[in-house]
Amino acid sequence: MSGETRDMDAPLAIEGHGSKKSYLVGFALSAVLTAIPFWLVMGNVLSNQGLTSALVILFAVLQILVHTFCFLHVNTETEGGWTMLAYIFTAVILLITIAGSLWIMYHLNSNMMPGMIAPQMSGAP
Amino acid sequence: MATKAKTRAKAAQASEAPLFYETGDHAAHPASPTLLGFWIYLMSDALLFASIFATFGVLGTSYAGGPTAREIFDLPLVALNTAILLVSSITYGFAMLAMERGAIRTVQAWLALTALLGMSFVGVELYEFGHLIAEGATPQRSGFLSAFFTLVGTHGAHVSFGIIWIGVMLVQVQKRGLIAENRRRLLCLSMFWHFLDVVWIGVFTYVYLLGMMR
Amino acid sequence: MFDQSLSKTIFGRLTWESFPIHEPILIGTFAVVALLGLGIVGAVTKFKLWGWLWREWLTTVDHKKIGIMYMILGIVMLLRGFADALMMRLQQAMAFGGAEGYLNAHHYDQIFTAHGTIMIFFVAIPLIAGVINFVMPLQIGARDVAFPYLNSLAFWLTVAGAVLVMISLFVGEFSTAGWLNYVPVANLQNSPGTGPDYYLWALQIAGVGTTLSAINLVTTVIKMRAPGMTMMKMPVFTWTALCSQVLAIAIFPALTGAFAMLMLDRYLGMNFFTNDLGGNPMMYWNLVWIWGHPEVYVLVLPVFGIYSEITSTFSGKRLFGYSSMVYATVVITILSYLVWLHHFFTMGSGASVNSFFGIATMVIAIPTGAKIFNWLFTMYRGSIRFELPMMWVVAFMITFVVGGMTGVLLAVPPADFVLHNSLFLVAHFHNVIIGGVVFGLFAGMYYWFPKAFGFRLDPFWGKVSFWGWVIGYWVAWTPIYIVGLMGTTRRVRHFDDPSLQIWFIIAGIGALIILVGILAFVIQIAVSIINRDKLRDTTGDPWDGRTLEWSTSSPPPPYNFAFTPVVHELDAWYDMKQRGIARPASGFRKIHMPRNTGTGVVLGGLAIVLGFAMVWYIWWLAALAFAGVFAVAIGHSFNYDRDYYIPVDEVKREEQARTRLLAAGA
Repeated sequence: MSGETRDMDAPLAIEGHGSKKSYLVGFALSAVLTAIPFWLVMGNVLSNQGLTSALVILFAVLQILVHTFCFLHVNTETEGGWTMLAYIFTAVILLITIAGSLWIMYHLNSNMMPGMIAPQMSGAP
Repeated sequence: MATKAKTRAKAAQASEAPLFYETGDHAAHPASPTLLGFWIYLMSDALLFASIFATFGVLGTSYAGGPTAREIFDLPLVALNTAILLVSSITYGFAMLAMERGAIRTVQAWLALTALLGMSFVGVELYEFGHLIAEGATPQRSGFLSAFFTLVGTHGAHVSFGIIWIGVMLVQVQKRGLIAENRRRLLCLSMFWHFLDVVWIGVFTYVYLLGMMR
Repeated sequence: MFDQSLSKTIFGRLTWESFPIHEPILIGTFAVVALLGLGIVGAVTKFKLWGWLWREWLTTVDHKKIGIMYMILGIVMLLRGFADALMMRLQQAMAFGGAEGYLNAHHYDQIFTAHGTIMIFFVAIPLIAGVINFVMPLQIGARDVAFPYLNSLAFWLTVAGAVLVMISLFVGEFSTAGWLNYVPVANLQNSPGTGPDYYLWALQIAGVGTTLSAINLVTTVIKMRAPGMTMMKMPVFTWTALCSQVLAIAIFPALTGAFAMLMLDRYLGMNFFTNDLGGNPMMYWNLVWIWGHPEVYVLVLPVFGIYSEITSTFSGKRLFGYSSMVYATVVITILSYLVWLHHFFTMGSGASVNSFFGIATMVIAIPTGAKIFNWLFTMYRGSIRFELPMMWVVAFMITFVVGGMTGVLLAVPPADFVLHNSLFLVAHFHNVIIGGVVFGLFAGMYYWFPKAFGFRLDPFWGKVSFWGWVIGYWVAWTPIYIVGLMGTTRRVRHFDDPSLQIWFIIAGIGALIILVGILAFVIQIAVSIINRDKLRDTTGDPWDGRTLEWSTSSPPPPYNFAFTPVVHELDAWYDMKQRGIARPASGFRKIHMPRNTGTGVVLGGLAIVLGFAMVWYIWWLAALAFAGVFAVAIGHSFNYDRDYYIPVDEVKREEQARTRLLAAGA
């Protein structure tokens, strides 16, 4: 049923009350977590490509978590925990989709098109 | 909602006759499903991006003898765009804080600023695309470029849609103020906007930064 | 010259040649369809029903009516899809050695493509959506779904997809690339015509509808359950509906992405799935099967829920092992996302990949087996009433289990290397879809029909339909297993080995027996309507049911429940009956309801125009339609007047009428 005229006064449930602090902290953390990977890649800081890749990915994951908690205010309370459950479920499906596709396609390519695989096909999570 | 109902049902059971129908004077006001429904839609949108990310992962080095990632990516420009989008997330956050205070004009100001930042983001992206196409790095040139333009472009299209939505909200808030329905819509837009910034983290990491190193 | 380019601008690539005036079968079909269509339009006009149709059906947001419309869509499309099946059976029974049959390859390929596309996307999906839409809100004690307007929109987008597929029969041609529109056949280079484009636009539009519907249904189950109905007190059908729709939300984006990328290839010359310039056709296969495998569980899980409800009701017993049913459903939901590669074991991914997916596929059989045992244990020592729904359950158990076993056989990669794309595979999936999904839908239709319409279906014609389907299925598909094991490939319109012909003839006879079943089903509906007074259900509970939908009248009032029920136990209605709870006969209040809206049907219509224009490269029309979609959707958001109240007097009238009816029946 349409909920438009209901719930006029009840606090809106899904986002925990964001505070100015959470936005500013989130912003600062995100800025740092963005600057470092860009610096690592643009400045060619570490000689080891693999290590750089791993660090870049790590910072991305951390920054996504910062956005999730500081901006999207995802927590285990809102909507009786369904917000968090949906989020985790989506993350799992996302990982299976990307990792599964990369694994399968890598094997397909190397078995069926030998000699044509690019040097670093699996430069991915 | 489930816990409130459980307590009420339990209380009813504790009394003489358990309640089987809600006949009381206060009819239950179930909470609005809009925010959860929109969140679930966002999760489906994330999975749409997942399929395009996966495709970029598979085709990311299929240069077909054409331009490679290293040759075409302009990291300083991407850094600028990342900064723009991040700031726009904060400006939207400030709009939400103003909304909770009921300060209509402040909300509209922060929304407008967010939209301007969003338009700058899309503008920079269009400039980047135009430049690439002029150089011959068209989406038709290779599987890599098809995937690149589509992944970045889909994100940009979402941002553009968000900007249009901000425009619509500006009008609707102007006409009806911060009524519950508008606040619900602004919260949905908030989720949408922050979600786009999350996706962008994936894009700049997976496409641009890791792309430079493949 | 000028005329030619003007005509191209106005009509795109649509020309007189696009109309298949040289195909007698199509001319005949068109004549029948046109006559039927004119007949219906004429009747509606004669009885002045346009207003009623618009007010009561086209603009409705009532989940019950939308559910019924989904069922009508599914059944109409079943007739089309089955006609395709009969044509294939006839061709395959005839075309041996020198005899070429009556269908050339180009036509035959479109028929098997259309058959599969229609059966999955426009029969199975709508029928499942229809049942869940009608039943689930009633089972959870709600008055409607979470987003009634979205519900209407999702339905009309599905209709738009179906209409585009039907148009392709008479204007242009359909895809020849199989029901998943495989590349490389569907690449622009190999199929420059309208075929894959019709497919892509129809399914993208319908896919948006299905995704929105799924979001709606999941949110409904989470947010709108009656007080006291905790997750573990939900009816099993609601659980399976929830898991099925969660899965649908998880997978349709992958299909949308795959189709979008193929569209980009075809319309803008990109290179996602092309054979050169860095494209990789197998990535399309990978993405569509990430969708395709879980999709079959989207279809079968609700049907398992139907079987659970029917088995417990007609055994007069609580369902055995409720918790294990729930866990099995959740496990199947998760596992189904981990097996997709088994659809292309033979494409060269190698032993390590194949082993993982092969084992995962076999593991899925375990929770499914647990469910079968639970149903059997529910029946054990129950007082079983072998009415039609229970007959369908037994037929399902016998038929589906065989299909499941051939599935586990196919899950073994070395076996699959022999059987992939053979008719054995085709027999397997028809086995589980017909024995599982179709039988379950017929069971559900017979079970819930009285709730929806207020009278039962005629049992005699129901039994004719039942035996037609069950005997027909076995006669039609056992030979196909046999020729498949003998090595016959699928999607083939002509055979050289004359020793196979007898099997195809038997299969053709089986298809005709199924036709008897389908015709009997249609007759059943007609006879039931004619005899509705004799078949009337005045109690609202014709089967002595256990769940809340049976506590309402048949059909339920628009608002479902005058008072929201409060739940204490699993099988809430059974609990109420045991305790002798009477529904309140007074103290009614006005009831808050969502308003009807025409936005859904208008957007559906615009979607048809958009799809058609894009297929035919009529760019100006496509741009207009797209702008229209945008304008209408955004315009709708400016309408804040979305609800109203049913006045107390109306509620009183409705409820008092029911009280009288119940008293008269008693």
